[in-house]
Amino acid sequence: MTVLSAGQDATAKMVIFSVYVVNKAGGLIYQYDNYVPRAEAEKTFSYPLDLVLKHHDEKVVVSFGQRDGIRVGHAVLSINGVDVIGKNTADGKDILEYLKDASNYPVSIRFGRARLSSNEKLMLASMFHSLFAIGSQLSPEVGSSGIEMLETDVFKLHCFQTLTGIKFIVLADPRQSGIDALLRKIYEIYSDFALKNPFYSLEMPIRCELFDQNLKSALEVAEKAGNFGAGS
Amino acid sequence: MTVHNLYIFDRNGNCLYYNEWNRKKQAGISKEEEFKLMYGMLFSIRSFVSKMSPLDMKEGFLSFQTSKYRLHYYETPSGLKFVMNTDLSVTNARDTLQHIYSNLYVEYIVKNPVCVLGHSLDSELFSSRLDAFIRALPYYSPRAA
Repeated sequence: MTVLSAGQDATAKMVIFSVYVVNKAGGLIYQYDNYVPRAEAEKTFSYPLDLVLKHHDEKVVVSFGQRDGIRVGHAVLSINGVDVIGKNTADGKDILEYLKDASNYPVSIRFGRARLSSNEKLMLASMFHSLFAIGSQLSPEVGSSGIEMLETDVFKLHCFQTLTGIKFIVLADPRQSGIDALLRKIYEIYSDFALKNPFYSLEMPIRCELFDQNLKSALEVAEKAGNFGAGS
Repeated sequence: MTVHNLYIFDRNGNCLYYNEWNRKKQAGISKEEEFKLMYGMLFSIRSFVSKMSPLDMKEGFLSFQTSKYRLHYYETPSGLKFVMNTDLSVTNARDTLQHIYSNLYVEYIVKNPVCVLGHSLDSELFSSRLDAFIRALPYYSPRAA
């Protein structure tokens, strides 16, 4: 897994961000983050703080105020170099209370997009499972599948549902090509290294080393092929 | 190449306008339920996308496609949502939806002193202009039944 730090250019390279595998019931059975562009900004602040912070989902996030790479929705990641734990600092003090006290300033705070916890990933996978089905129900055409590709301005989500109900989901750069072939390849790797593994039970989380290794190399091949295609 | 239908929602989730041109399959539920389901799906997709996104987004969710249709989405800063289902050959309808907002909605609804914002759009002029605009789109062609 490659992690980008602030300042590194993510736009030149086309990448595949992550892979999710969801079972028939909508539960996440495998997740792999290939490329995590965590753009973070660390700044020293003096009292009073010119950003408005609030509690959201057990984290402290920016609700108003945008400057120097700090955007609305960014979470507080560390204070004075020490990583925070949820709503409290590493010492157990509530962050909002800490920042209201003028004697604690000047303080250096690092902001960035919050990393998804495993629980959140599980919830998002189930959410997508349902959205996939609703996409098929609301179709104005007969015989439509569920959502196969979802596009935003920074990523494209591709989904392939097998005949047995397993969904392979890949998040990639919008310009990346060849993802359909990659999804089929991941299905092949799943049937070779997970299904044929006698210790693997169906619909359960995939914990097979060979599956991980082969998936990583398939992603590398797909990224290189995608970059090559775009450059020529 | 065709446009199937168009929904317009306000910021509270009320469906202000709906029209269909080439819809082959109904959802199997009543129209009110379908509007609520559509709005709920879009609200969930937006929340899903903002959490999943590896980078900060400017415009957010743009469109999704299935094996048979493509849904295009455009949201104005005031929370007005334009949703259009087309077939797969239409790749980018964002400009179309933006045109519908600025040249049709703003002109015939917002500037109309009789139209109350937040209620369903019952301006005949708006409906007929919108219908003419959709039919005039380069990618619209009435399907043979």
